[in-house]
Amino acid sequence: MATASQTAQNYVEAFGQIVKYGRDREPPWLQTLRQGGFDRFSATGFPTTRDEDWRFTNISAIVQTNFQLNRNGHRLPTKRQVESYRIAGTVCQLTFVDGRFLPQLSSLATLPKGVTVAGLAAQLASDPQQVEPCLGRYLNTQCDPFAALNTAFLEDGGFVHIAKNIVLEEPIHLLFVSTAHETPTMSHPRNLIVVEEGSQATIIEEYVSLGGVPALCNTATELIAGDSAVVSHYMIEREDVETFNVSTLRMEQGRNANIASHSALIGGALVRNNVHPVLAGEGGECLINGLFIGNGSQQLDNYMLVEHAQPHCSSRQFYNGILDGSAHGVFHGRIVVHKDAQKTDAKQINRNLLLSDQAQIDTKPQLEIYADDVKCTHGATIGQIEENPLFYLRSRGIDEAAARRLLLLAFASECLERMKEGPARNHVEMLIHAHLLNLVNSSVGSNRAAHQTEGRRNLEEVG
Amino acid sequence: MNLLEIKDLKVRVDGREILKGINLEINTGEAHSIMGPNGSGKSTLAQVLARRETYEVTGGEVLFKGKNLLELKAEDAACEGLFLAFQYPVEIPGISNAYFLRSALNAIRKYRGEDEMDAMDFLPLMREKLKLLDMNETLMNRSVNESFSGGEKKRNEILQMAVLQPKLAILDETDSGLDIDALRVVAQGVNAMRSPDRAILVVTHYQRLLNYIVPDRVHVLVDGRIVRSGGPELALELEEKGYATAETGARSAIPTPA
Repeated sequence: MATASQTAQNYVEAFGQIVKYGRDREPPWLQTLRQGGFDRFSATGFPTTRDEDWRFTNISAIVQTNFQLNRNGHRLPTKRQVESYRIAGTVCQLTFVDGRFLPQLSSLATLPKGVTVAGLAAQLASDPQQVEPCLGRYLNTQCDPFAALNTAFLEDGGFVHIAKNIVLEEPIHLLFVSTAHETPTMSHPRNLIVVEEGSQATIIEEYVSLGGVPALCNTATELIAGDSAVVSHYMIEREDVETFNVSTLRMEQGRNANIASHSALIGGALVRNNVHPVLAGEGGECLINGLFIGNGSQQLDNYMLVEHAQPHCSSRQFYNGILDGSAHGVFHGRIVVHKDAQKTDAKQINRNLLLSDQAQIDTKPQLEIYADDVKCTHGATIGQIEENPLFYLRSRGIDEAAARRLLLLAFASECLERMKEGPARNHVEMLIHAHLLNLVNSSVGSNRAAHQTEGRRNLEEVG
Repeated sequence: MNLLEIKDLKVRVDGREILKGINLEINTGEAHSIMGPNGSGKSTLAQVLARRETYEVTGGEVLFKGKNLLELKAEDAACEGLFLAFQYPVEIPGISNAYFLRSALNAIRKYRGEDEMDAMDFLPLMREKLKLLDMNETLMNRSVNESFSGGEKKRNEILQMAVLQPKLAILDETDSGLDIDALRVVAQGVNAMRSPDRAILVVTHYQRLLNYIVPDRVHVLVDGRIVRSGGPELALELEEKGYATAETGARSAIPTPA
């Protein structure tokens, strides 16, 4: 553990390295963008629970760790390790190790004309003009210190560009692998996804880890959907329980654009999932669908900011949480309807299942409406596995663990069924099925362990 | 042979004694009916036999196929061949009726050491039983009991029974809320399952269902005790004279202390 001033110094030094490296290599606009991000981060520092947007999640574990940039000493995963993460039916897979694109571990098939998929660093080196108009233009670094930090340290990530009127049916898979190091490391992947007018694409961002040492993955994605574009975005977080993952998905929607953001959070020690769509053209539709499953001492914090900036747009937020052990979940759903956004139709539902007495959920809707002809609804539920369905299943011969798993699966299915059928959904379904099986099995074990500790505690008190 | 043997069963719910010493024997091949007014303990008995753990057994014992039923978990009792058709079938959103039924069948098959059935093998079996109960196959793709009509829910219970082929089927108020056509279909489904190696226990408030499922024995449950037992004619008598007479009759049979 380090003091706050030590870690502040740590970030200053790390930023110095980046600036020095980029001085002769990077275009001036990028250097300016970077400096702006760092200045903003230096001005605000890390958020605390006194900040309204962070009131339920204490990030002191991140603040007090001296994370190092790992710019050279990559311990590369083997081809076989990466192969095991491949998703059937995708058009290409880009592999990033500690934030750095590795073409040798990626599979870039021949892509249709008009589709560009590359590492951001490579794209900046070869064709910065395609990046400049969008990069950093949408992400809000003023309100979010992590977004500012990401901008300060941005070097590499996924770059996807789909030209006008192209339908790409197979998903693009961006795989981010954290590897083990002697000291805690940080990475700041930055993705830029541009889907132009009338095009259609599916992007899977997936975060996994191969190590057991604390790591911070602070990622940001700018996704720009042109007029009438249709985009599905999947965020899959399944890093190990030593990892801190902060992600921001900033989406900009053109006229009649249709975006679906699906999140599946099952891994990580502390996960902050920011989803921030701006419906910036008339008639836009946005689905924000998520499932978070925590156990042990996981903290899964979902922060939604849905901005309606133009009339006749609709947004749908559905987040389901399952929390076991002493896991802590947060759903903060903010909807802002700007003055001109008449006929807005915004809906928000957060449903939660708590499987243990120690599990905790904080759910908070926040509606800010500046237009006068809108329809906004929100709702939240917190419950447990109900006795009646459980007994019904058991009375038909299904054992208790299997019955619990079935009921959890049914609860999770509400989210899975909102995903379009295809390779991405199949992949998420498979992960969730396996994860729930583990959760139910470990839950049976941990309940037993909990009783034992309780017994011991009583003995100690008596002694 | 005695399939079910209940000896002096006493059960408490929320600190109140509901069953005050039940004695009952059911042999394979027989159909029994337990009749009684509301609040007499009929459903409690059915739920205890299906091993619902929220009921506290304070005395007595129950043998099912010679085994101590009260030591079995609900799922193990089901796998041993006990089936309860629920008075209020439970809705389970998100699980398809077909998947649920196949999972149940496979759990029971696994318990018996038989191979599990895949979806392809299961389909013809399911269709055959659907036909028996005059049920639409679309009900199988919907979530379990979710937005089923009352009649559909009850038929769904009997469908499960027909697929799972229990040794002892307990029907808890299966007739309630059914119109006469649905009642006939349900009864026909139950009657199709009557066999020398199976027994049926019909729990009901009204005699109506017993016109279609004719029991070998009728027991009258009043205030947690079986006060009278007799043949199928007893059901008709109750319908005519009401439970009060049965109770009075029972009371007068107990010698009053001098």
